Amino acid sequence: MASTRLPDPERLLPLPAVTFHILMALAGGDRHGYAIIQDVSARTENRLRLGAGTLYRSLERMLGQGLIAESGDRPAAGLDDERRRYYRITPHGESVARAEAARLTELVRLARASGFARGRA
Amino acid sequence: MPGNLLYRSLLWLYPASWRGEYGEEMRSAFRARRRNVSGILGVLGLWLEVLPDLVTNAAAAQFDVLRRDLRYAARAIRRSPGFAIAVVAIGAIGIGATTAAFTMVDHVMIRPFPYCRQDRLVKVTEDYSDASPADFRDWQHMNSSFLAMEAYRTVSVDVSGMGEPRRLDGASVTGGMLSMLGVQPALGRLFTAEDDRESGTRTAILGYSLWRELFDGDAGVLGRAVRLDNDSYTIVGVMPKDFYFPSREAQLWTTMRWGPGAFEDRRDTYIYSIARLKPGVSFEQARAEMRGVGSRLSRTYPKELANTNVTAQLLRDDISPRAVLMLKVLMGAAGCVLLIACTNLANLLLARAMMRRKELAVRTALGAGREQLVRQMLTESLLLSLSGGGLGWFLAHVTLPLLVRLVPVALPIAEMPTVDSRILSAATLLVIATGTGFGLIPALRGRRRQISAALHEGGRSGIGGQRQQLRRALVIVEVAGSVVLLVGFGLLTRALWRIQAVDPGFRAGHVLTLRTSLPMPQYNAPEKRDPFYRHVLDGARQLPGVTAAAYISFLPMLHRGGIWPVEIEGHPEDVAQRRTASLRFVTPGFFEAMRIPLAMGRDVRETDSHFAPYVALVSQSFVKRYWPGENPIGRHFDFGNNQRVIVGVVGDVRVRGLERASEPQVYLSWQQSDGVSTYYAPKDVVVRTTGDAVSLVAAMRRLIRQADPNQPVSGVQLLTDIVAGETESRRVQLAALGAFGAVAFLLAAVGIHSLLAFAVSQRTQEIGVRMALGAQRGDILGMTLRDGFQLAVVGIAAGVVLAYGAGRLLESLLAGVKPNDLATYAAAAGLALVMTLAGSLAPAIRAVRVNPTVAIRAE
Repeated sequence: MASTRLPDPERLLPLPAVTFHILMALAGGDRHGYAIIQDVSARTENRLRLGAGTLYRSLERMLGQGLIAESGDRPAAGLDDERRRYYRITPHGESVARAEAARLTELVRLARASGFARGRA
Repeated sequence: MPGNLLYRSLLWLYPASWRGEYGEEMRSAFRARRRNVSGILGVLGLWLEVLPDLVTNAAAAQFDVLRRDLRYAARAIRRSPGFAIAVVAIGAIGIGATTAAFTMVDHVMIRPFPYCRQDRLVKVTEDYSDASPADFRDWQHMNSSFLAMEAYRTVSVDVSGMGEPRRLDGASVTGGMLSMLGVQPALGRLFTAEDDRESGTRTAILGYSLWRELFDGDAGVLGRAVRLDNDSYTIVGVMPKDFYFPSREAQLWTTMRWGPGAFEDRRDTYIYSIARLKPGVSFEQARAEMRGVGSRLSRTYPKELANTNVTAQLLRDDISPRAVLMLKVLMGAAGCVLLIACTNLANLLLARAMMRRKELAVRTALGAGREQLVRQMLTESLLLSLSGGGLGWFLAHVTLPLLVRLVPVALPIAEMPTVDSRILSAATLLVIATGTGFGLIPALRGRRRQISAALHEGGRSGIGGQRQQLRRALVIVEVAGSVVLLVGFGLLTRALWRIQAVDPGFRAGHVLTLRTSLPMPQYNAPEKRDPFYRHVLDGARQLPGVTAAAYISFLPMLHRGGIWPVEIEGHPEDVAQRRTASLRFVTPGFFEAMRIPLAMGRDVRETDSHFAPYVALVSQSFVKRYWPGENPIGRHFDFGNNQRVIVGVVGDVRVRGLERASEPQVYLSWQQSDGVSTYYAPKDVVVRTTGDAVSLVAAMRRLIRQADPNQPVSGVQLLTDIVAGETESRRVQLAALGAFGAVAFLLAAVGIHSLLAFAVSQRTQEIGVRMALGAQRGDILGMTLRDGFQLAVVGIAAGVVLAYGAGRLLESLLAGVKPNDLATYAAAAGLALVMTLAGSLAPAIRAVRVNPTVAIRAE
């Protein structure tokens, strides 16, 4: 489904929070769906628990946007011998994530300058 | 585990494609999470989290797919706009025409009356016509079926003393009528028995719009006096806005105030009766009882009531059978159009399905699931059908007022009906069902084993395939349907021509008519009326171009009653065959003004006064009936409560209209009217001119104003309009039927064209091969045309059989035209053939133009 013409990363910004979290989870390596859920919830100290419905809908959209790609089925490590579908982040996904991070950093800088956030602007 | 099972079943909320893609993954994610929770609270918490996640995302996923399908459908539609426009237009026409026609029919047949429990109201009549007060009084006493029985007559009164004098329609009712109808007045009170007493004060109740108009909606109107026909009436009430009785035209109500004299003559019929059924009594019981009452009365009064039956019908069924039949014709025609529209739709979709077989095969081969294809086809069909439905809804709203405005004279439509949503939805559903049903066929047939076949065929689909047979059958249905409509239209057109060709008995051109109903009792005495008539008629004769002017009681066709018994010495009264004739008073010059030929004797003269011998002119049919082959001049007969002597014979006139037989006519000198109600006092004036009759209107109004400034003028029209009014409803119905027929015809032509065009496009290679093998262009042309011709012949044959059946049902509307009228069938069949030819021509030419080398190489 991946589109052949990748759009300018800036055009996808701002990213939905769930999308950004999934990209961050995949930054550490290929993962299957449930591993993404676990990773996101660990990273956010359980504040964000993705439901399976939300996750797979986001994955489907991100596949369509070329942010991620399937990396084939293989047995899930450490769970059982079920075969799982693994996802990996694409170069385009990485540049979009970087652009989003830069956008957020700039936002935080501005928030500090206005006194909404602690720290030096 | 039950939890897993539940989760699995909840996944059905997702589109199947989604389920196939992610279902297994989601289930294993759920299983993994389920392993990490324990205890009832834990499981509950898990489900509280899972359920909303699942449901909202399923909805979103469905929506995504729908959007994708819509995009796909829009693309497909953009690729073939002609097809889309055809589908939408055909659907819209089918829905619009059907809805408008059915709504109107429904509205007329099941008119809601503004009365309480109107389904319990029964109209009681004598042979579906008016009765005498004496008979009515006996019915009241002799029945046990009704809670109440009341009577009414329509009246027309001059209202004066309030601005411009005017003439208003109203009804005179018995005291209990309005309360029996179960309506509360908007203001004041209803009539009581006291109002109906001859000695009581005259009271009137106003209609809502009249009250607004005359009194500006002033609540202080109660107790005020109003002058009706020169009598003073006290206003006691105002009826509510929606109320009407007995027709929409009635704007005020007064009471009958019968004295003892009203019950003397049983032949003096002018009232209609309405009664309310007692609880528990069925209409059939009441009707049977009234029939018995009627036969008892005829035995008691054999002279007056021989061969008279008491008839009862539910008030809401009080529509003329002809109007009902005509409505049914309209409904049938609309149904026919809907049928043809649906067949056409099916046909178009089938053709498209075959055209898209290859596309679908390719997509299936590329991995599109059957469910996905079905969804997309469904979306596309639904999109088109719904657009058709929307446009049809719009069409129905636009055409309904036109249809209703066209028919006011023909049908008892009280107010503008609103488009019936039930009918609209039914028609729309039918179109959508057709659209989706036939739209889905390609997707449903897109099974694996056919895919390779379709791909290998390379689009070389055979003409004799099963679906091609279905398409041919559909075209035959369309042709047959349009032949039925054409024949129906043709038969009714011939009936109309036949009626229009009927000689009314007078020459209608260049004649202006209008009515001045002189108010009584002011003008009771003929001597009082004489100066009025003299001023108007003498003045009219002075007008430039006027060749004749005269007054008559009622013009033919405007008033069909006024039938009186004829008694002739030496001719014993024959009970089985009533001797009657229409009675009219005329001023001298009437026959000249109407150009009714004077066959013998002389016209009425000024000298035929009250003191001279009472004279009569009779029609030729009168002579034929009583003195066949003899000279009637000088013969005497009793008529209009006096003995009259025949002084002249005139041509017959269609008093009862062009479509009905009329009684013989008797014309009397207006001055010799004693013994006859002033109701018959001459009121219709006819003025013949050599020029344009319309130009006389202003001058005539001026003459009448000079003669009596308070005298209202009504019914200003040309005599030609009165005659045309006879066929007005037929013409309107024909126009509606013709419109339906034209639409059906067009649709059928489109159907034939699309079928053949498709067949030719499918056979391009075959045609190319044939040509390469030596077939001449003429052979190819013949082959294609023969195809269309065959369909037409079968369709026409079926249509003719059906049309004959329909014609038999129509017979009472045909005015003597036989339902097997050969010319009509020949014309309809000929038109259908021409239509087929026209539809086949373009595809045939395309077939001839096939270039064999190109066609074969395309393989």
